[in-house]
Amino acid sequence: MNNIPEQLIWMIPGLPLAAFVALFILVRSLKIRSNLNGYLAIAATAASFALSLWVAAGLFNAPAEHGITGFEWLNLGGILVIELGLTINPLTGIMLVVVTLVSLLVQIYSLGYMHGSKSLNRYFAFISLFTFAMLGLVMADNLLIMFMCWELVGLCSYLLIGFWYHRPAAAQAARKAFFITRIGDFGFLAAILLLFTSAGTLNVNDIHAAAIAGAVSSTVITWAALGIFMGAMGKSAQFPLHTWLPDAMEGPTPVSALIHAATMVASGVFLVGRMYPLFELSPTALSTVATIGAVTALFAGTIALVMHDIKKVLAYSTISQLGYMMLGLGLGDVAIALFHLFTHAFFKALLFMGAGSVNHSTGTFDMRKMGGLARLMPWTCATFVIGSLSLSGIWPLAGFFSKEEILNSALSNQPVLFAMALLTAFMTAFYMFRVVFLTFGGEYQSRLKPHESGKVMIIPMLVLAVLAVSAGWLNLTGRLTTILGHGHEQSWIYGFLGIFTHPLAWISLAVAGSGIFLAWAMYQKRWLSARKVAWTFRSAYTVFFHKYWIDELYEKYIGARLFNNGLFNLFNRFDAVVIDGTVNDVAGLNLKSSKAIRTLQNGRLTQYGLVFLFGIAAIALLVIFTG
Amino acid sequence: MVPGLEQYLILSAFIFSIGLFGAVTKRSAVVILICIEIMLAGVNIALVAFSRFITPVELTGQSFSVFVIVVAAAEVAVGLAIILALYRQRHTIDTDKIDLLKW
Repeated sequence: MNNIPEQLIWMIPGLPLAAFVALFILVRSLKIRSNLNGYLAIAATAASFALSLWVAAGLFNAPAEHGITGFEWLNLGGILVIELGLTINPLTGIMLVVVTLVSLLVQIYSLGYMHGSKSLNRYFAFISLFTFAMLGLVMADNLLIMFMCWELVGLCSYLLIGFWYHRPAAAQAARKAFFITRIGDFGFLAAILLLFTSAGTLNVNDIHAAAIAGAVSSTVITWAALGIFMGAMGKSAQFPLHTWLPDAMEGPTPVSALIHAATMVASGVFLVGRMYPLFELSPTALSTVATIGAVTALFAGTIALVMHDIKKVLAYSTISQLGYMMLGLGLGDVAIALFHLFTHAFFKALLFMGAGSVNHSTGTFDMRKMGGLARLMPWTCATFVIGSLSLSGIWPLAGFFSKEEILNSALSNQPVLFAMALLTAFMTAFYMFRVVFLTFGGEYQSRLKPHESGKVMIIPMLVLAVLAVSAGWLNLTGRLTTILGHGHEQSWIYGFLGIFTHPLAWISLAVAGSGIFLAWAMYQKRWLSARKVAWTFRSAYTVFFHKYWIDELYEKYIGARLFNNGLFNLFNRFDAVVIDGTVNDVAGLNLKSSKAIRTLQNGRLTQYGLVFLFGIAAIALLVIFTG
Repeated sequence: MVPGLEQYLILSAFIFSIGLFGAVTKRSAVVILICIEIMLAGVNIALVAFSRFITPVELTGQSFSVFVIVVAAAEVAVGLAIILALYRQRHTIDTDKIDLLKW
């Protein structure tokens, strides 16, 4: 790891934490109001990014696993010893770069987007805390620390979704995100406990070693893997725990770009990748991951087709792409999933920033009120189109290369899942260009005069656009996926043009191209009326538009009926009848028996005296006659 | 006839019984207090008699009865104070009527 001092590695998560402490405690109590808060957080993240890049460059040249021992944090009688330590391996290296880079760009972008907002230091403080927690999650060598950071990113997500807490929708969305991810976290925690009881350690590498050595039974491994995946499902918004992510769009758009597109939601994928040796030992868990991934990808894609809110489309697209990554993981490869995570982080953050830029000038996210923005906002339009092309998987942009890997893996393993993934790819291209044409094409709909966003917002978008184009080229020689631990034989032909020797490249390009063409025909040229198409497929359209009624199912049936009226009512009655009943009966028994006894206490002193006398006499006689 | 231990004990028991009878039957708090004093006097006689006839050299019984007298004096002082306070509050010292703590 080209000899980076350990202290500097500790500084990677340490600096954002220091920024958080400084912002939250010092600045808040001193009540300094200026952009200084932002600059402080940005400086910390920038330094962190520079260090991460250094670490990652070293790993890229010489992939290896490094453990950095910290100090003993908790020692419970020698049974549970928790050490704060860090792990640096190619997997964490790539995550470090993604997290710090996107966080840095998002914070710079926020300077423009959030300009003039109230409580900016709270905003930057939470983003710094988030960055710290995310880096901690990535680098932790211990499941407990990992879980703590996992919860901490969840907390930051909650705090930032509800940043505008005075808006009821935002507060509601924040709560929803918190609750639903908690369902998944329950599984994760259970898995941690299960692993601890059977492997006797919480250190990730030791657990892997124990599992591979066969010290942990295969049933335990399967359950633990499924529990971990449940955590990942919650965090990465996989079906059926996906409902919080679209609602989370109530938060500020830069937050959506950072947390709900690039990093936190991808941490589920990272987690599965980190615990991959366990999954590899359990075919059941792997096939579950693959199936859930493919179903989620397709399912979220269909909803994204019909949403009117630009951020909702992006949110469902994110869910869909996370499904893709899960599919990649489930098919037996960490490398391809992480590669897609890597490229996706850039172009999806870019798309969110583009949506934020549009919102910044038009004041709406509703695509029906937009249109014709291409001339008014050329930079936003250009970068957004690049992001969309990348996401759709158009050669030679980043998304193409990472998507190809997953499709190829699916094709050679699971033809059914491959078909689902290909259909998703088609829908992805269609809905992204539906957004592009509705937003930037056609005529402007409203009377407000939109304007291009300021440089501070455009520059991060340009940087991301460059990455959205070029991030995939890192793997042109297969180097990136190799160091991430490519599980397959290198049958895949790499290279800028060499990729086209494989028929799959043509197929996926044709699929994406036809999706874009259809969107162009429907929303730009209007050869096909979108209304007519919707009417023709109205049953499907209704289902998609109502998001398969999942929210209604959860709220009305599971939430209100099953839990509130059913289970909770039952608990309430149990409480009233059994618990309160027992207490009341005990009290009643006491009352009755004391009613009988209290007649003895009649208040006549003389009678007491007499009883006293006879009592003493009886005792005296007893003593005398029994000796 | 010089009275022996037996006669003293009979006297003691007699006085104690008188006191006990009064303490159990009377209603007036003051009378009850007086009766308790009588019971203590009976006990004192027994103590002194035992001391005189069983351990004539040491004055254990006598010193003990002096203690009893002192404590009884203190007890009467406290008892009368309570009765006085009670009378001011309730305008009676009839123990049967002072039954607030009864259910």
